[in-house]
Amino acid sequence: MSNIIIDHVSKTFTDSETEVHALHDICLKIDSGDIYGVIGMSGAGKSTLVRCLNYLEVPTEGHVYIGDKELGALSESELRNERSKISMIFQHFNLLMQKNVIDNICFPLIIKGVSKKEARKKARELLKTVDLTDKEKAYPAQLSGGQKQRVAIARALASEPEILLCDEATSALDPQTTSSILGLLRRINQELGITIVIITHQMAVVREICNKVAILEHGHLVEHGEVDEVFLNPRTRAAKTLLKYEEAESDG
Amino acid sequence: MDNSAYIQLLGQGIIETLIMTLGSTFLGYVLGLPIGIILTVTDKDGISPNPFIYKILDFICNILRSIPFIILLILLIPLTTIVVGKSYGTAAMVFPLFVCAAPFIGRMVESSLKEVDPGVIEAARSMGASNFDIIFRVLLVEAKTSLIVNATITTGTILGYTAMAGTVGGGGLGSIAVQYGYYRWNTQVMVITVILIIVIFQLIQNIGMAIASRLDHRK
Repeated sequence: MSNIIIDHVSKTFTDSETEVHALHDICLKIDSGDIYGVIGMSGAGKSTLVRCLNYLEVPTEGHVYIGDKELGALSESELRNERSKISMIFQHFNLLMQKNVIDNICFPLIIKGVSKKEARKKARELLKTVDLTDKEKAYPAQLSGGQKQRVAIARALASEPEILLCDEATSALDPQTTSSILGLLRRINQELGITIVIITHQMAVVREICNKVAILEHGHLVEHGEVDEVFLNPRTRAAKTLLKYEEAESDG
Repeated sequence: MDNSAYIQLLGQGIIETLIMTLGSTFLGYVLGLPIGIILTVTDKDGISPNPFIYKILDFICNILRSIPFIILLILLIPLTTIVVGKSYGTAAMVFPLFVCAAPFIGRMVESSLKEVDPGVIEAARSMGASNFDIIFRVLLVEAKTSLIVNATITTGTILGYTAMAGTVGGGGLGSIAVQYGYYRWNTQVMVITVILIIVIFQLIQNIGMAIASRLDHRK
């Protein structure tokens, strides 16, 4: 199984004039089977960090290890191959709008060279997993946000990944739908043993589903550990602010 | 000239116009589609940025598009003679029309492909898609409605240009309108040719839009 090791990762975006330091010297270990939350205010570098885990963003410094493989040492085609073991879901679902549900789920299999017949068979099984069997022929535009995210999850599972990265996957959904999507993610984690990394700005999401959490602030990793521990004894200002923010939200 | 002669003349004109319009649009896409794809892929936000290739193609497209067609038509006469064997007639006119259409189509394709949601491209990359997969399984698929709408607009524009080709011996309805309407003051023939051009334009427009909306699954 695959641990994720983030080893002194920094990322700087260089424009012609300005430099933006999105991540500073991040070290983090995510164990196989974890549901790991990465939380922070917007602009904290969460999205950049999660994209370093599948090398959609290449770190400026440092290394990322998935199991015993260092992503930076892989060739382009090895990296593409490795990416099929690290699936990703997104805030805005990012489904192909001109393809129906079943063809969307088949997509990662088709690009790996699986035959259409095999891909469809697998996709139908996955539709059962995400509880959408009756929507096989529907197009994304005909689905609700929660249904679209279920399709995206089925698509992410098609390549039988070891890791699932969730980039603000519930931020565009209402609380009830959020809760059902989180339930599905928990089931995937337990039944399939997939390691899940969840990027979010919602404390409630971390509280509901994660066993560990890391807090990012202005590109720095300020606190990390077991969720209970971090939430009971927040040591840093960033953690305290996030917790206070949550209280205000639930009170309001 | 009796009526049947006119009918034959106009029938011939329609066929020549359609040959020039559809022939040059088709050839225009054979070159313009790859140009549009390369412009999209090599642009600075593209999936494989390459400023050198982008700037060269961008420059050539701009130059060709900035020359008014009637002047391009005359400028190209020597080249047309070399490529087609003669500089007049319907077949010969397909060449300058093609030279005019290809960069225009390249730009149209580029603008269609750039409308594709970057999030969907990122999702494909996260699944391990190669650039080839992204071009043929994401960009061209997601942009198909826009590509067809733009192909319809392009065909309509080229139809207009065939009339200009008619003035330098290109044949087709444009040539008939100029010969009978301008040189001989035969208003009746000119009005009929204009109506025929309008009808052809409407047919192209309606067929193109119907195909585009039938294939669109975004709503």
